[in-house]
Amino acid sequence: MTTVPLIEARDLTIRFGKVKALDDLDLTAPAGKVLAILGPNGAGKTTFVRAVSTLLRPTGGTLQVLGKDVSREPVAVRRDIGLAGQSAAVEPTMTGRENLEMTARLFGHPRDGARRAASIVIERLSLGDVADRRCSTYSGGQRRRLDLGASLVGAPRLLLLDEPTTGLDPISRREVWDSVRDLVAAGTDVLLTTHYLDEANELADHVIVIDHGHTVAAGTLSDLKASSGRDVIEVAVNDPSQLEAVGHILERVTSNPPRLDHNGRRASAPTAGGAKDLAIVIRTLDDTSVMVDEIGVRRPTLDEVFLTLTNAYVQNGSSR
Amino acid sequence: MIQTVTRPIAPATAMSATLVVARRALLKFVRTPALVGMGIVQSALFLFSFRYVFGGAIHAGASTYVAYLVPGYVATIVLFTGGGIAVAVADDRVEGFTDRLLSLPIPRYSIVMGRALADFATNAWAIVATAAFGFLFGFRLGGSIPDGLAALGLCLVFGLVFTVVFIVIGLLAPNAQAAQGMSMIAFVLAFMSSTYVPAGTMPGWLQPFAQNQPATVTINAVRALFEGGPAFHDLWQAALWCAGIFAVFLAISMNLYRKATA
Repeated sequence: MTTVPLIEARDLTIRFGKVKALDDLDLTAPAGKVLAILGPNGAGKTTFVRAVSTLLRPTGGTLQVLGKDVSREPVAVRRDIGLAGQSAAVEPTMTGRENLEMTARLFGHPRDGARRAASIVIERLSLGDVADRRCSTYSGGQRRRLDLGASLVGAPRLLLLDEPTTGLDPISRREVWDSVRDLVAAGTDVLLTTHYLDEANELADHVIVIDHGHTVAAGTLSDLKASSGRDVIEVAVNDPSQLEAVGHILERVTSNPPRLDHNGRRASAPTAGGAKDLAIVIRTLDDTSVMVDEIGVRRPTLDEVFLTLTNAYVQNGSSR
Repeated sequence: MIQTVTRPIAPATAMSATLVVARRALLKFVRTPALVGMGIVQSALFLFSFRYVFGGAIHAGASTYVAYLVPGYVATIVLFTGGGIAVAVADDRVEGFTDRLLSLPIPRYSIVMGRALADFATNAWAIVATAAFGFLFGFRLGGSIPDGLAALGLCLVFGLVFTVVFIVIGLLAPNAQAAQGMSMIAFVLAFMSSTYVPAGTMPGWLQPFAQNQPATVTINAVRALFEGGPAFHDLWQAALWCAGIFAVFLAISMNLYRKATA
């Protein structure tokens, strides 16, 4: 196994005029893993992918992809990567096969090699039924998968997926996820950006959360849950009109603002006190007329971790 | 056992990358019937209008108006169809195709050259079709056939040069609609020239521009070749303009692709 990291960024800064899209970003991504860059809209995810794919030059700092510097050896980096962007860059007037063969030729395959590469990718992504139809007839999910395929025909070491399922319906999302998992099983390293936590959960081993151009947290998903998530007390009630009352009790006990989910008839609040707080909440609820369906302490969900991480950053940043 | 794709042994050569990029642009053109058909219909309608509607009221010196009009019209057809080039380039950028190309291990200039090659071909098609309409509407060669072919060749060169100009417009425009709008600037060259009326009939303040701008000198050379008259003086002026514009805009377009703005 190689010890060269997949991606290594040191003080990486990318400026557009006065705006810093990436601001002294530090990040090390281990090779042999699926890496998800997670962050809200505008966090710098796309800028980062564009820098890794040599479409943007760093204004400051360094960025290495598989040990090669993007500023000094962009051509070598381009041979190692395959980019599938947010907008599916397939040519609608060409068939899926023609699209793949075209990209394969541009990767450097001779004509017959391009044909072979296209056939293999079509089979691997289960696009056989539609491969000889023009892409203008494809569904959103099929286009996205073909775009994925186009980045694969050059057998890149690193596949870059920028928000691969944004705008897709749930079934198409599953299809894209399955394809990505197959690729990973076949040994391609993947870097994907997403603002969907479930997507990171489904696909990634290693997660880096960025916000406002900085790395906020990095590690495995369970690391993140363990390190930044406080336990949550959650109460499910029978009558949604009583949620407000439950929320007040949670706030009084935990000193944290509660989240009220009216549709799910649930109120929750993070707690530092764990079981002790839970006992107090139960006793307090006993003295009221609230009909409790369910009550307990649980680990935070990814959503909660994500909100904690990114909000914490906003608060720190604005208090400076 | 799933077969795996092998890594290409060497990156694509500039030549093959250029041809692949050109092939895709051409396929897109040929497979979009509206693009193929509308360009021809539009240029035929324009030619028809000038020849039969306005033509009777225009006096173009010694020759008949159709003999005067057709050479200039054929030479500058790219100024009308070029908007399509700018739109296609802007679309490629907005839709992510340019990003895909830029992330591939191909030389940057093959992206411009491929695009220009494809548009050279579509423009050649427009020139031939428009010339055919010209003959249909009564145009006849005054000079020899080799001179006529040389005239068409000059039209092709002028087309290629302005293809690169429209590529630059497409790269500068924020989107396809803006690219279409910005391409209208070419009408300045098309109309303030000797295409439709002799530049000498225009007001004095407009003449320095109208007499010497690239479209006019190219048209004069094309017209002289078609008529079999002496073309040398106009030819070298046209060559100078064409070489200058081509060099400048090729450099700009390559620089814009390198910056890869999306």
